[in-house]
Amino acid sequence: MQFTLNGVPATVDAHPMRRLLDVLREECGLTGTKEGCGEGECGACTVLVDGQAVVSCLVPVAQVAGADVRTIEGLGTDHALQHHFMNEAGAQCGICTPGMIMTASTLPKDATLEEIRVALAGNLCRCTGYEAIYRAIQRANEERA
Amino acid sequence: MPAVGTSVPRKDGIGKATGSARYADDLHFPGMLYGRTIRSTIPCGRIRSVKLDFDQTGFTVVDYRDIPAEGKNIVALVEYDQPFLVERAIRHLAEPILLLAHADREALNAARVEIEYDVAEPLFDVERSAQLLKGLSIDKGDLEAGFAAADLIIEGTYRTGHQEHVYIEPNGVIAVPEGQGVTLHGSMQCPFYVVKALKSLFGDDAPIRVVQTETGGGFGGKEEYPSMIAGHAALLARKSGRPVKIVYDRTEDMVATTKRHPSIVRHRTGVTRDGRLVAMDVDVLIDGGAYITLSPVVISRGSIHAAGPYRCDNIRIAGRAMFTNTPPNGAFRGFGAPQTLFAIEAHMDRIAESLGMDPVAIREVNALRPGDTTATGQTLTGDCSALEVLREAVRRTDFHRKRAEYKGTNRGIGLSLFFHGAGFTGSGEHRLESKAALELTPTGVRILVASTEIGQGTRTMHAQIVTDALGIPYEQVEVAQPDTMLVPDSGPTVASRTCMVVGKILERCALEMREKLGTLTPAEYYAAHGPLTILKQHEPPAWITWDEERYSGDAYATYSWGCDVAEVELDPDTYEVRPTHFTAVQEFGRAIHPGLARGQIEGGTAQGLGFALLERVVMKDGGMANASLTNYTIPTTLDTPTMDIAILENFYADGPSGAKGLGELPLDGPAPAIVNAIRHLSIDIREIPATPEHILSACSSR
Repeated sequence: MQFTLNGVPATVDAHPMRRLLDVLREECGLTGTKEGCGEGECGACTVLVDGQAVVSCLVPVAQVAGADVRTIEGLGTDHALQHHFMNEAGAQCGICTPGMIMTASTLPKDATLEEIRVALAGNLCRCTGYEAIYRAIQRANEERA
Repeated sequence: MPAVGTSVPRKDGIGKATGSARYADDLHFPGMLYGRTIRSTIPCGRIRSVKLDFDQTGFTVVDYRDIPAEGKNIVALVEYDQPFLVERAIRHLAEPILLLAHADREALNAARVEIEYDVAEPLFDVERSAQLLKGLSIDKGDLEAGFAAADLIIEGTYRTGHQEHVYIEPNGVIAVPEGQGVTLHGSMQCPFYVVKALKSLFGDDAPIRVVQTETGGGFGGKEEYPSMIAGHAALLARKSGRPVKIVYDRTEDMVATTKRHPSIVRHRTGVTRDGRLVAMDVDVLIDGGAYITLSPVVISRGSIHAAGPYRCDNIRIAGRAMFTNTPPNGAFRGFGAPQTLFAIEAHMDRIAESLGMDPVAIREVNALRPGDTTATGQTLTGDCSALEVLREAVRRTDFHRKRAEYKGTNRGIGLSLFFHGAGFTGSGEHRLESKAALELTPTGVRILVASTEIGQGTRTMHAQIVTDALGIPYEQVEVAQPDTMLVPDSGPTVASRTCMVVGKILERCALEMREKLGTLTPAEYYAAHGPLTILKQHEPPAWITWDEERYSGDAYATYSWGCDVAEVELDPDTYEVRPTHFTAVQEFGRAIHPGLARGQIEGGTAQGLGFALLERVVMKDGGMANASLTNYTIPTTLDTPTMDIAILENFYADGPSGAKGLGELPLDGPAPAIVNAIRHLSIDIREIPATPEHILSACSSR
């Protein structure tokens, strides 16, 4: 099974029905993608497949053959969203943060607050009440603008 | 520039934002097995037989007989009644009976165990339970004389349901066998609680080391339960001789672990025509579930807060926690106070309605002021801010104008006034003897505390306090990961005590270190004189007196204060109530880190909104029937309104830089504010969550 992982060709030997989440965490060693519910509700396992935010706990790895998969590790360590999630305390316990950031990274830089809310509706955070997350995304977007 | 009072970068921020922070499930040890818990499928009865219906090759199987002779089959906590593994008697659904471990998770999950039971009649209804878990009574003044002086007596019963924590990271641990002992890595709030539980399991001489991994939320849900799961993993690790990881999936976490105690609170209140409370008779009943766990402490805090932040000379509060055949309920942010404050605050609006007063006026008349005494007879001093938070909330929201403007529309506005005692109750902090230490490193200092970072900002806030007391740059302060081999026991990370109590010990360590260092920097001193560690113990204020038998005296060293205002809209077709805007005004001494403090208020408010409107645990046959995030809904971005947060300052002399406790306070106010806003729509709600079904039935009974 071949796909592109964070810009680099990847080959994994896994059962085609294995969850993309497990393949990323256990075969590829990328533990930044988290499991919160295993049923596609919490969004902690969000990654990008061909630029679209998907919950990797519901994606059989067969489905990403030939696709471009991007995880939190693919953003590096110097992305504006990462800095502002840190500075605005958009991350508290941090377990939802990688998924939040991956979803947020699909937003246009002129996204309104309402658009941010709608885009993040599938990413649960139990710590922040979301307000600090909006602030982080808005600051990052201002920087990108 | 001082660090305290500024929003410095979180110590753990970048690791969390880049995905490099390591949580329990991210750790792997060579030769590691996966563990699984086989649980009771009945709520009450006895085990007749256990049959392993699978090829046991490669499996490690543990039951209660594997507990070593020098240990005990008891999860040591407040009392000693809950077993790690059932021997014969089953007291609740999903009680652990057998443990399995295997290197392959698919083989592990495919294993079938057949258990036969002698089924007994379970008891689920707390009101029908005759088994008292803990009872207490708070008595102040002369209740009968108070009622005799009343012009009006108002009664009411208020109910709250279970609430599930939904930390996004489920419970998880890894036990690594080490000789006769074990090293336990896991997601938790209280590493030394786990040490105590494992010592009871393996005997006092067993070497036990506990290391907290990055923890994906706790909210009280990882206060006591990690001791149970740690014991399970440790038993499997000892028997197999290999590291064993147990990580619950969401359903197991919801079905088997603790929840907020459901409550039924009855109020009978005497008032004068001008709105003065002259007699308060309060009955607090909570469902403890099948074992004692922390329920005695929860009923204690709940009862102490049950009269609300009000002055009244004649009070009786009777608190009872009862046993039922449901999984034990446990610590959840607020620890009994959100339940009882919901009741009193919903009741206060009914009192105001009965007297034809507005909700602000009734609270203005009765709010505690410096010099007043609480229900337990504690005299409040200058750090009492009930009136200040109330007035600021009314001013900021233009409450009276909106109250008049929304009348007769589908919009409502309501408020709640509340307080929260910081730290352990009464002499609890004295008994804890919490310690904290500060050590020099070649480049600065390192904080050594058992207080855990669970998202609330422990590392950052402690580092800020030390930075200023020592007068060094924030970047030179490191914080050690809680590892019970390396850090002193700072007490549990609960009860809004991590900043106020442990932060204060650290401040004293840093001040003493500064004296020792003279004019040198930590690095200069280290280079010249070598290592230096300063360890100190908490010194509770000397004036605290507390009578545990009579429940009277200084219940808490200080209180934080809040006033919440909820604005809601009712959908007349779906009977859904949507919060449209929320204002929280809170006073907690001083914000060490304004950004993190605001985050505590916003996050606690969202949890309180879930408690008020969305989060309904459906119990069926003694277990949670909707144990998934599809069917148990917590607030999403679309359910959470815009928030206006105001932080008032009123420095507390015994707190670090004037700080009190904050963690729990924000959860106390939202539910009653919401229900009072719904009352403004002329809908009488006395039970939460106020789901659309519930609101519909309240409307049709009008």
